[in-house]
Amino acid sequence: MADQTLPMSGSLDVTPRERSRAVLLEWLHGWVVTVDHKRLGILYVVYSIFFLLVAGAEALAIRIQLAWPNQHFLSPQVYNRMFTMHGTTMVFLVGMPILFGFANYLVPLMIGARDMAFPRLNAFSFWLTAFGGLLLYYSFVGGFGLYGMGSAPDVGWWAYAPLTAKAFSPGHATDYWALALIVSGFGTLGTAINVIATTLSMRCRGMSLLRMPLFVWLMLVVSALTLVTITPLTAAQIMLVIDRYLGGHFFDTQAGGSAVVWMHFFWIFGHPEVYVLVMPAFGIASEVIPVFSRKAIFGYPAMVAASVGIAFVSLGVWAHHMFTVGMTSVGNAFFVLSTMLVGIPTGIKIFNWVATIWGGKIRFATPMLFCIGFLFQFLIAGLTGIMLSVAPWNWQLHNSYFVIAHFHYVLVGAIVFNIFAAIYYWYPKVTGRMLSETLGKWHFWLFLIGFHITFDTMHFVGFLGMPRSIYTFEPDRGWNHLNLIISLGGMIQGIAVLIFAWNLVHSYFRGKVAGNDPWDAWTLEWATPSPPPVYNFAIDPEVHSRRPLWDLKHPEDPDWKYEA
Amino acid sequence: MSAIPISPVAGPWHLPSRGRVAMLSLITGETAIFTIFVVAYVFYIGKSLSGPTPQQVLDIPIFNTICLLSSSVTIWLAERQIDRGKMRGFAAWWALTIALGLVFIVGTGIEWHKLIYVDGLTIRTNLFGTTFYSLVGLHATHVVVGLIGLSLILIFTLTGRVKEEHSERIQVFALYWHFVDAVWVVVFTVVYIVGR
Amino acid sequence: MIREQSARAIRLSSLPMVCVAAVVARQSAWADAAQGSPSIFAPASTPASSILGLSLFVLSITGGIFFTVGGLLAWAIIRYRARRDDDGSEPAQIYGSTQVELAWTVIPILIVVVLFLTTARIIFAIQDAPKPPAALDVTVVGHQFWWEFRYPKLGIVTANELHVPVSSTNDPKPTYLHLLSSDVDHSFWVPQLAGKTDLIPNHPNDTWIDPLHTGVYLGQCAQFCGVEHAKMLLRVYVDTPEQFAAWVNKQKQPGVQDASVAAGRHVFETQACTNCHRITGTAATGTFGPDLTHLASRATIASGAALNTPENLRSWINAPDHFKPGALMPAMQLNDEQVDQLVAYLTTLH
Repeated sequence: MADQTLPMSGSLDVTPRERSRAVLLEWLHGWVVTVDHKRLGILYVVYSIFFLLVAGAEALAIRIQLAWPNQHFLSPQVYNRMFTMHGTTMVFLVGMPILFGFANYLVPLMIGARDMAFPRLNAFSFWLTAFGGLLLYYSFVGGFGLYGMGSAPDVGWWAYAPLTAKAFSPGHATDYWALALIVSGFGTLGTAINVIATTLSMRCRGMSLLRMPLFVWLMLVVSALTLVTITPLTAAQIMLVIDRYLGGHFFDTQAGGSAVVWMHFFWIFGHPEVYVLVMPAFGIASEVIPVFSRKAIFGYPAMVAASVGIAFVSLGVWAHHMFTVGMTSVGNAFFVLSTMLVGIPTGIKIFNWVATIWGGKIRFATPMLFCIGFLFQFLIAGLTGIMLSVAPWNWQLHNSYFVIAHFHYVLVGAIVFNIFAAIYYWYPKVTGRMLSETLGKWHFWLFLIGFHITFDTMHFVGFLGMPRSIYTFEPDRGWNHLNLIISLGGMIQGIAVLIFAWNLVHSYFRGKVAGNDPWDAWTLEWATPSPPPVYNFAIDPEVHSRRPLWDLKHPEDPDWKYEA
Repeated sequence: MSAIPISPVAGPWHLPSRGRVAMLSLITGETAIFTIFVVAYVFYIGKSLSGPTPQQVLDIPIFNTICLLSSSVTIWLAERQIDRGKMRGFAAWWALTIALGLVFIVGTGIEWHKLIYVDGLTIRTNLFGTTFYSLVGLHATHVVVGLIGLSLILIFTLTGRVKEEHSERIQVFALYWHFVDAVWVVVFTVVYIVGR
Repeated sequence: MIREQSARAIRLSSLPMVCVAAVVARQSAWADAAQGSPSIFAPASTPASSILGLSLFVLSITGGIFFTVGGLLAWAIIRYRARRDDDGSEPAQIYGSTQVELAWTVIPILIVVVLFLTTARIIFAIQDAPKPPAALDVTVVGHQFWWEFRYPKLGIVTANELHVPVSSTNDPKPTYLHLLSSDVDHSFWVPQLAGKTDLIPNHPNDTWIDPLHTGVYLGQCAQFCGVEHAKMLLRVYVDTPEQFAAWVNKQKQPGVQDASVAAGRHVFETQACTNCHRITGTAATGTFGPDLTHLASRATIASGAALNTPENLRSWINAPDHFKPGALMPAMQLNDEQVDQLVAYLTTLH
């Protein structure tokens, strides 16, 4: 049962409560100069939600343009900027920051630490990421695009050479893309280093690596993976800038340079990147599903091993994005095999989640609803991924709407669903108030319906031969009504997200007071008040199992009697 | 709450030093960046359409290399000194490390001067020029950053702010310098031996 | 417009043109007909059929996995939901099972082995298929935003609309495409004929199609190549041997020299058109833009962006931006009379 008086040291807040009558400037100043991991975590999440709305608006603009053939809602120049910015924003200004934001907030709390290992580096990394994003969006008002028209980057988020060469992209659009991401990439690197150092060097007594919450494990694996994932992109972007500004020839096909080399470098980043994005979502699911099934996670050691396995194998699959560029048959076959292999540890995770639910007592609160959606959708996404790994079939599906459907199934159906779950789950801890369950259920069902209307249909329009990155399509190809349906689903998702945004704001002022542990959960963050005091724990905790609060709540049957 | 089972007592609790973990993580990331530049260099060997080739213009920088690699030895000796609290010995070896690093950078500058003004090889001349200046330049940049850090520490040492208890931190910083030297071994092999 | 098309079709008295007219007529009625869909599930060529066979096999396996795992999940959610009258006790805590973990590791590995071997077989069958001596060679050069087709052994150069002879299983006559690019990356994708292959500058690629049914097949560029990527469309005409021979013959002729449109030809030769375009038999030898020698034999202009009608030609010459904003052809700034003469000339270039 959840109450305020758990016998865990440090769970009682002994700071005198000050009336927060700080002058607005002082309040702002506090947020700007903070090095507190909780505040930085909140800054990351708020920043990401802002850009989620911006990139969502870009998506809606795309879908209005594509709702029917040969529309003139967006010119091709603007359209190309929309899809480039939508992808770039969602990956770098929403996905990465929000997940590292969750890590920032939760990891020290979950391991019983006072803050991250390097609080000032933490703040510096956040502001680098933030300014990188602002630089990217400044491109809308500064800079020139393809053929000297427009402003924001318009070369696709993958920015293939030689389209990005000065010859084919005069003006500054591509430069904004490269420089903004180099800057924010350094921020990401800083946070990754911080998470690794925190996880390895700041765990409380008794918390061996195999007793860490799975969310912490996944963030450790993700941060390590980030070190070798973001850096190839940074290197390639430096090369691109050298080409564009110093007359280099890295990707200059006229001088003997290779467009394929850019592809290799980009996807050496790009594929592990999607695992960097999805694995924190796995971590969230591994926290939420057990609590709402009332059972410990099934197969903790297997889950850890699978996560590490995924990270390693994901470094060897990148050229499955390049099956159509003319690699040898042996090269293609190799990447088919490696890609299929990475599906195995991923599948193991799904099975373990199902086994966690099996035999439990499922409570369908909003976080769990989103996690259940995640489970079905990630299963489908994994299977369409297998389809795409079959190289000959990939020769048809590559660069079609089937691929867009697949990766949105992962990015939205798995990751965004889990981000929503995480916010509903941890919002009470961060703010001290519960989000409205009623609004939450409206959000969930509307978003689920909209998601499926859009992305299920998208698979079929891909089967019918519709390629991606096109500002309009021909009316005689049988794609008209399917695109209209896809666009309508997008509108429904937009409404759902607005309900969510309203829920966030309204509940901050009017939500039910949460208390320490509204969900009756088992990890250390629930032993602190909501919100936690700035020092997290008055006395450093000591743990003896993976579920320290379970041990306290069930002293007659603690976990440490059963854990290996 | 009756009959509470006695929880197992946690033994001694040792965790790795966060500075060391962070520096090794940084080195891992930097290794990835260098790997990409090395791969580009190797891929483009022999593919330039025109212009001077490595064989024509590159002289093996033996003296520079000896200086830089020796600086790893001198910095290691400095680490040993501060570990024993011998601050003057530490400052001496540390200063020598900086001197050797400076020789390397000046030597690189001289080499580049010759390549640009005598051989006509710039970053835009051909693929060799692009990949050479990028890779060697990236390394040189890291050497310069290292020299700045080394110099700051020397200044703090000479003003008496660095003490024996900072030995661990000095070792963490030295890891970066060793990394820079190790990268040079790879770059040297790829550029001056394999690529010629 | 339709009457004009049919009249021209009868005048030419060749089947492909009637087919084209029919398709074009359907196009102008913007039918949402599935028949126009370049579906990967309606293959008309050997490699596309091989891919379909493999994909159905993979689909059956992944479908089986979906129903099994999804079914278990759905069952678990229903069966193990907390009941309203629940006493609040915790269920039995099960931490794991080595046997179960082993089982659901080994079974997926076996599935992967099966999938990989079947996939590898098809990769080699398509990519490393031996080239029959009767194969037709076409060099495809990708441009922003149009397709150049060269038939090196036949001495033909054309644009945007590819003609190939039909093949058959007992007498294979595939067409081998050598893929080049003059600027950025493109991709040749006609779903009913084959999987796509990219056109990458400084990186020639090869692919082949083996069409077993005559007809017109639609496709388009499948690698984002800039502003008008969406309008870099493809039409592949699979002809009977006779139709193909007739087409080749026509294409080999130099540009029609119709004296009645000499004024238009003069406009063409003196108004900078020759900088980019070629018409054999005239002074125009530009290669930046499409070869126009047999422009009137094509059903569409601007790489499929518009039907090949005099009105569209007129609009195109006056303002390429109208059909293809950002197209690399500049507005030619001609007066109405010049444009009329030019269009009259171009429509004679069969």
